Amino acid sequence: MKLIFEQGGAGHCLSLLPECDVPVVRPSKVRAEKAPLPQVSETELVRHYRTLSKQVYGVNDGVYPLGSCTMKYNPKINEDMAALPGFTDVHPLQPDHTVQGCLGVLKEAETALCSITGMDRMTMQPAAGAHGEFTGLLLIKAYHRSRGDAARTKIIVPDSAHGTNPASAAMAGFTVVNIPSGPDGCVDVEALRKAVGPDTAGLMLTNPNTVGIFDKNILEITEIVHAAGGQCYYDGANLNAVMGVVRPGDMGFDVIHLNLHKTFSTPHGGGGPGSGPVGCKAHLAQFLPGPVVEAAGDGSLSLVQPEQSIGRVRTFQGNFLVAVRALCYLKTLGREGIPDASKHAVLNANYLMHLMKADYDMAYDVTCMHEFVMDLGHMKHETGVSAMDIAKGLLDLGIHPPTMYFPLIVHEALMVEPTETESKETLEEVAAIFHQLAVTAHTDPEALHNAPSKTPVSRLDEVAAARHPILRWS
Amino acid sequence: MGRYVPITPSEEREMLSAIGVDSLEALYESVPHDMLLKDGDLDLPAGKCELEVRADVTNLAEQNTRFRTVLRGAGAYRHFIPAAVGSVVRREELVTAYTPYQPEISQGILQSIFEYQTMICQLTGMDVSNASVYDGATAAAEATAMCKDRKRVKVYVSACVHPQVLEVVKTYSFGSNTDVIVVPAKDGRTDAEALTGLLGADAACFLLQQPNYFGQVENAEALGAIAHAAGAKFIMSVNPIAAALLPTPAECGADVAVGEGQPLGMPLSFGGPYLGFMAATNAMLRKLPGRIVGQTEDREGRRGYVLTLSAREQHIRREKASSNICSNEALCALTAAVYMAAMGPDGMEQAASLCTSKAHYLASQLQSEAKLPLLYEGEFFHEFVTACKPETAQAILDALEAKGILGGQPVEGGLLWCATELVTKTEMDQAISIVKEVCGQ
Amino acid sequence: MNIPAELKYSKSHEWVKELEDGSVLVGITDYAQDALGDLVFITLPVVGDATTAEESFCDVESIKAVSDVICPVSGTIAEVNEGLADEPEKLNSEPYEAWIAKIENITDKGELLSADEYAAFLETCEEA
Repeated sequence: MKLIFEQGGAGHCLSLLPECDVPVVRPSKVRAEKAPLPQVSETELVRHYRTLSKQVYGVNDGVYPLGSCTMKYNPKINEDMAALPGFTDVHPLQPDHTVQGCLGVLKEAETALCSITGMDRMTMQPAAGAHGEFTGLLLIKAYHRSRGDAARTKIIVPDSAHGTNPASAAMAGFTVVNIPSGPDGCVDVEALRKAVGPDTAGLMLTNPNTVGIFDKNILEITEIVHAAGGQCYYDGANLNAVMGVVRPGDMGFDVIHLNLHKTFSTPHGGGGPGSGPVGCKAHLAQFLPGPVVEAAGDGSLSLVQPEQSIGRVRTFQGNFLVAVRALCYLKTLGREGIPDASKHAVLNANYLMHLMKADYDMAYDVTCMHEFVMDLGHMKHETGVSAMDIAKGLLDLGIHPPTMYFPLIVHEALMVEPTETESKETLEEVAAIFHQLAVTAHTDPEALHNAPSKTPVSRLDEVAAARHPILRWS
Repeated sequence: MGRYVPITPSEEREMLSAIGVDSLEALYESVPHDMLLKDGDLDLPAGKCELEVRADVTNLAEQNTRFRTVLRGAGAYRHFIPAAVGSVVRREELVTAYTPYQPEISQGILQSIFEYQTMICQLTGMDVSNASVYDGATAAAEATAMCKDRKRVKVYVSACVHPQVLEVVKTYSFGSNTDVIVVPAKDGRTDAEALTGLLGADAACFLLQQPNYFGQVENAEALGAIAHAAGAKFIMSVNPIAAALLPTPAECGADVAVGEGQPLGMPLSFGGPYLGFMAATNAMLRKLPGRIVGQTEDREGRRGYVLTLSAREQHIRREKASSNICSNEALCALTAAVYMAAMGPDGMEQAASLCTSKAHYLASQLQSEAKLPLLYEGEFFHEFVTACKPETAQAILDALEAKGILGGQPVEGGLLWCATELVTKTEMDQAISIVKEVCGQ
Repeated sequence: MNIPAELKYSKSHEWVKELEDGSVLVGITDYAQDALGDLVFITLPVVGDATTAEESFCDVESIKAVSDVICPVSGTIAEVNEGLADEPEKLNSEPYEAWIAKIENITDKGELLSADEYAAFLETCEEA
């Protein structure tokens, strides 16, 4: 595919802007030359991006069982509502009385998400899940500081955690204490007991965890941390298994983040924008990034600075249009639809796991939540076909592969999350394709080492890309 | 209720029976029973059909005031957005894709990011760009973190950067236990003498905004030289439209260039989604946070693109990673790329020139007609502050609002006005006459 | 597996070459480079820094992982092999030429093995 810089040329342009209707003023110093941007006609521009968009695979192109990412269908009504000029054409610094609708969106979304999670307050400022983690950890830091407890410098993270957890803890100035998982993939309660102490600031946990299992000891775990004086942080990456069924607040968590772009059906945009709201219990609310939306007695809404705010983590009110989309989803599903969606996410995962068991080893062969992890170690040993090879084989058969090589505690891992928006028929088709690949692994492993062959490019040389980086056209 | 689950009750029974359980609830056997929500515990309204949701949310949108004329910027700018931009970025395969973890089926997104990285370099003059961060403020905060090492630990920020950017830098620094020193302003610009005096041997970097929060054009090259003389890195936060005309960060000696990308084709949207762009010199490449796309070849020697230099990132380096960023603002980066390609070298410069020309007209008319003096005398780009008392400022804003005009942002000492290519002379003349009336001229 | 007889080895798979002036060169062994896979980057140590035997003093990156390199001796970094920044592939292709750092003022040497001892140690690694 040609780059946009390899098309058009001098004189190719769109006709967009008018002549200046006031005297022209030039800055006293200007850049040496104009920015050497592409010069293309409108036809060339539109065709170029149309060509690019054909080499992309989205949820609306087909099934996307990417574990830990909750690639559910992105409803159309959400997009329509987020495109309303009454939202898109509003300046973020307009006076409060002119943005009651926007503040209403934020307030309604906050209220609904607090109900679902068992939290008291929530901010929409964080722009993504990792951003939310950082924000939530700063709340914990501010909380301990406000009590004069400067000795709490450690955050405990299980070895099965997403990489963002330890990275966020480090960014928030904490030392990370990794604790091993037990043989069932859950928190090793004894290891946790030994790890906590007067230096414990808190624990970060995903529940259901990254192997798709609900930690049945959750109350004991959060109690151990609380008894040691720490706070409990809930990584909401896997909330899609339990929304409306069980609440992080009832599990003993003090602060959480959500991923609106996973659980609440907003699109991922090829890597963002997302939204990572942070919710907390009342004792942490005064530390939230300001401002937050408050309702007056007459129902009018305004932006108010929390008493001991940690400060902003982003300009304005975060990725507002993502909150609009999530609110549409919350309104659509409502109190019956929210738990119904989670229960069917769990049903679909268990059904697919059941269909695949004959061909693939499960890392943990128990009833799973919304996702499950397959362990291809045995297959690799027998046939030489790795998790990577199976993933690449799927590309030729029109399925987005599961998450590869995560969690790190399973070596040849494929992590499968079908979501609730796939039909029984689709799940059966997926299982049939996986079966076909398992057969190929035994009969023609070479074909899988060489996969994919039907995609626009074959396997790319990532080693060369990293050793001698070419990061721009020139 | 509305529903996106395609499983029918009879299919549900078949699936449950295949798994070997008798109800959906039985799938939650590992959850302690008294923790499970009971009917009525979930405090949410009943679900709604699409028609009801549309009515509900449209009603919310209609409660907002849409101003016909916007003379306010202060970090978010209403610019002209070419039709081609919207048509491209609404394509659903682009909207509904995940991060391109599987390059063979994601070449479209990867190439678009590679092109975006190139265009950001072309705009800023820098060597390398990442694939985006959340917004201009987090880009500035991440840039300060790039510059720290064991010996150079303090961050210096001009008092003339956007107050919310300063606040975000401070919040991030609360996390990393970093000292932030604010370099004072003099006459609406960074005080160069104060900067010289403040920078010590432990200075990691100096962050400057160009044009600054008050719209003033800073003497960036000289301030950068002061930072470098003290051994500190120089970070410039630039407005991308102004960057099409003003000397580039590279020409001013910046080590890192960042900025809020919203003016590049993104609507105001009450503050987001926006775009943080980050570019740096080759020497700083390994310190850049977040995703980066690189060019390579496939097994047949065809050109292709992959996410590269990943071992810097959180999913590999975990607590040793310099940043935790994972999801970024890919679709906004695409928007910016399509915008820049649509505008081209001439269109970008024309937009910048229209902005600064219109702002100068507005400023001169507010001075001569409404007798509102400028608070600062220095050169400005497309924003400027007029001096007035808070009561007068409020009266001006109220009178403008009554006519569908969003006036300048209240700041200390007066109002911060902005004009872009979208406002016409006629609109400005109307605003000026309203202000004139309020001011009793 | 190539194990030159004249070098010493650590159990964390670094080699040590003792120079006449009392300083040493340190690199990673053939076994290490093979286990780590294609290396794409090295974060070199800083000249003048002190090192501690059996603690990490730099790291190497492959596409999918980052791994600490353990310093076999305590001393001071006298020199680093800057060339590896541009050609990290040499760590794979010529592991015993691609020295990482020269370390002087040696105050302590951790447990160092002879070539024969290292070869025997590798066999126990293979079994495990």
